[in-house]
Amino acid sequence: MKKILALVLALALVSCAIIAMAEDVPVMTKEEYDKAAVDDPVCVETYVQANQSWWDGKITVYAQGEDGAYFLYNMVCAEEDAPKLVPGTKIKAHGYKAEWSGEIEIADAVFEILEADPYIAEAEDVTALLGTDDLIKHMNEKVAFKGLKVAPSKVEGQDGEYAFLYAYDNSGSHDSNSDLYFNVELNGEVFTFTVESYLCGNDSDVYKAVEGLKIGDTIDCEGFLYWYNGANPHITGVTVTAAAE
Amino acid sequence: MKKSIVKRTAVILLIILTTLLLSGCHGKRSGSAFSVPDHFDDKTPVEIVFWAKNDTNKNQVAVYQQAIDEFQALYPNVTVNMRLYTDYSRIYNDVITNISTNTTPNVCITYPDHIATYLTGSNTVAVLDDLIKDARFGLGGSEVRFDAPKADEIVPEFLRECRIGEHTYAMPYMRSTEALYINEDLVKKLGYEVPDVPTWDFVWEVSEKAMEQEEDGTFKVNGQKVLIPFIYKSTDNMMISMLKQLDAPYSTDAGEILIFNDTTKGLLEEIYTHGRSRAFSTFAISSYPGNFLNAGQCIFAIDSTAGATWMGSDAPLQDIHKEQVVRFSTRVTPIPQFHPDQPKMISQGPSVCVFSKENDQEVLASWLFVQYLLTNGIQLGYAETEGYLPVTTKAQNSAEYRDYLARKGEDNKEHYRVKIEASELLMKHTADTFVTPVFNGSASLRSAAGQLIENTVKGARRKQEMNDAFIDKLYSEVKSLYRLDQISGTKQERKIPTSSKAVLGLIVGVWVLIGLFKLREARKNKTKQGK
Repeated sequence: MKKILALVLALALVSCAIIAMAEDVPVMTKEEYDKAAVDDPVCVETYVQANQSWWDGKITVYAQGEDGAYFLYNMVCAEEDAPKLVPGTKIKAHGYKAEWSGEIEIADAVFEILEADPYIAEAEDVTALLGTDDLIKHMNEKVAFKGLKVAPSKVEGQDGEYAFLYAYDNSGSHDSNSDLYFNVELNGEVFTFTVESYLCGNDSDVYKAVEGLKIGDTIDCEGFLYWYNGANPHITGVTVTAAAE
Repeated sequence: MKKSIVKRTAVILLIILTTLLLSGCHGKRSGSAFSVPDHFDDKTPVEIVFWAKNDTNKNQVAVYQQAIDEFQALYPNVTVNMRLYTDYSRIYNDVITNISTNTTPNVCITYPDHIATYLTGSNTVAVLDDLIKDARFGLGGSEVRFDAPKADEIVPEFLRECRIGEHTYAMPYMRSTEALYINEDLVKKLGYEVPDVPTWDFVWEVSEKAMEQEEDGTFKVNGQKVLIPFIYKSTDNMMISMLKQLDAPYSTDAGEILIFNDTTKGLLEEIYTHGRSRAFSTFAISSYPGNFLNAGQCIFAIDSTAGATWMGSDAPLQDIHKEQVVRFSTRVTPIPQFHPDQPKMISQGPSVCVFSKENDQEVLASWLFVQYLLTNGIQLGYAETEGYLPVTTKAQNSAEYRDYLARKGEDNKEHYRVKIEASELLMKHTADTFVTPVFNGSASLRSAAGQLIENTVKGARRKQEMNDAFIDKLYSEVKSLYRLDQISGTKQERKIPTSSKAVLGLIVGVWVLIGLFKLREARKNKTKQGK
């Protein structure tokens, strides 16, 4: 009990400190947010679309409103508040703009839940933008890709070909809830998609769907356009539209 | 008659008190202490659960699997079930959760800091001292079915790290340290030569020099828009190493927290200036040092020697697109030092512990498996996946390992030069390594040490002013976040707990009563005799 109380107090202290640092910042539009420099304090009102699993007083949230999307990395959150962040919930988040391996995110954020009608973003079909410089404009948004062919994944030093890998080099496993990596091909170009296990774990439909993929399957995918040294979508839904022959 | 009543009462009270005292010495859960069985039962099936950690490296997973397969062939009634992790903190968290439900694994890759916390449960982790020495089942014992190392073939520095208080609770499995991976071409371009052991002043000076930009915003030294001259992966280690090199307070062995001192403040002030100029950043703020190094966007990258396969233009593992990798000469040196003639660097790397179980045969089987992890085949196999160093002299001195080292640079995979130089660095500097005191809460203190740097660099980047108020607030927040005021061993917590005081008071009281009773008896006898 003492420990829980201490943790709550510690989180409250950190939250107060961050709010105090960022309290002068008014709520920004997406355009204002885009113009802010890395490390500037930012404040946005947006809607939760999904979140990664709560861990150690923090939660990572994929958020999107009608004017754009945000990635709130390791937002300060008490464990009892985590279940309140259901998709559609409107939040106001204070934090700092940050960039990590190309991903533009809000770091050290604290949030409050706002009373509002829920908003669930529609996935925008960005298939045509795959491999183009324009794709980055949709960073963090809920997106869809259609008519992709599952391309073989290989492990360095091995001859085999796989429809997906547990961890980037197949060093993981289902039981250890490893991220899944799979390649898709469109117009001769190959792209790597990820099932981020803290977002969709090994008991989720998408995880099972990817484990069931075959090389050559044609699929539609949905997910959030995360960035890691390039586009690295975190996939939340996969539908096989044509099975491999 | 009365004498015997006194004696009996005293004995009963003493038994009760001793029981109370002993139970007071332990945590909530009671457990049975392990004693080495007379024999190994090789008929009854035994299942042991092994929680392993790999660096997201399939070769390491393969070595674990090899160990399991070979061990099971030697002990056919033993089944080893492995669960893989890629993160120590997740193992730590899961073990703590499982201690409360008495469902810990049998064998677990771990750090001594974590074991210190596990030990708050009674007999949670098996004490290995008797097992190590046992003539039959001990290290290289007569009834061990494989060529295990003897106790004196474990590198003594590494074995010592596994002692907590008076006992050994783990065996070292692999060891690494940190290395400074340097883009030597950029250092030369800036007009400097890389010394054998760089100093902090050298690294700061070169890093600041590298920040010069052209009018269009590109950095003069690399011609790119992006440059972070100096990136440290583990800021926990950075602060700990800096304090150690300066012989400055961190904590006592008993767990008294001493890190919030003026030396720390001075270090943070220095770090702040380089965070503010953007000459310095951290993994948490910017990403993997190796990615920036390989893209020609970093000059000094500090990461584990166990991450050497990601470092350099020819690194066998790359996390950035091929077209982003630039060609440069990579130097591997010790981390920066304040006193280069007396270098100090951290010793890190996985250890392996055995959890106590009711069934002694299960514990014995677990211990034998731990020993198998120390055999040459496994030690060399795992060490060569990264810049690790085997923990036994038996493996280090083997002809196979010598041949491996001698073939440095022969290829960019198994014999990747940077990886082997990283291993050689630790081999050369084993005597210069150190570890921090281990106690219940030392893991939190370690995290707090890194958080001081992370918050300082963030504060600098976010244009907060560095002054006494900044430091006071930082110290206060970090103490609170990691609950450092609650760690046993800190001054205010080292008082005798109330329950113990009560028991001690009771003992004194009982002895006083016994004394009074005896005195009364003696007086009575005297009176009788007098009469």
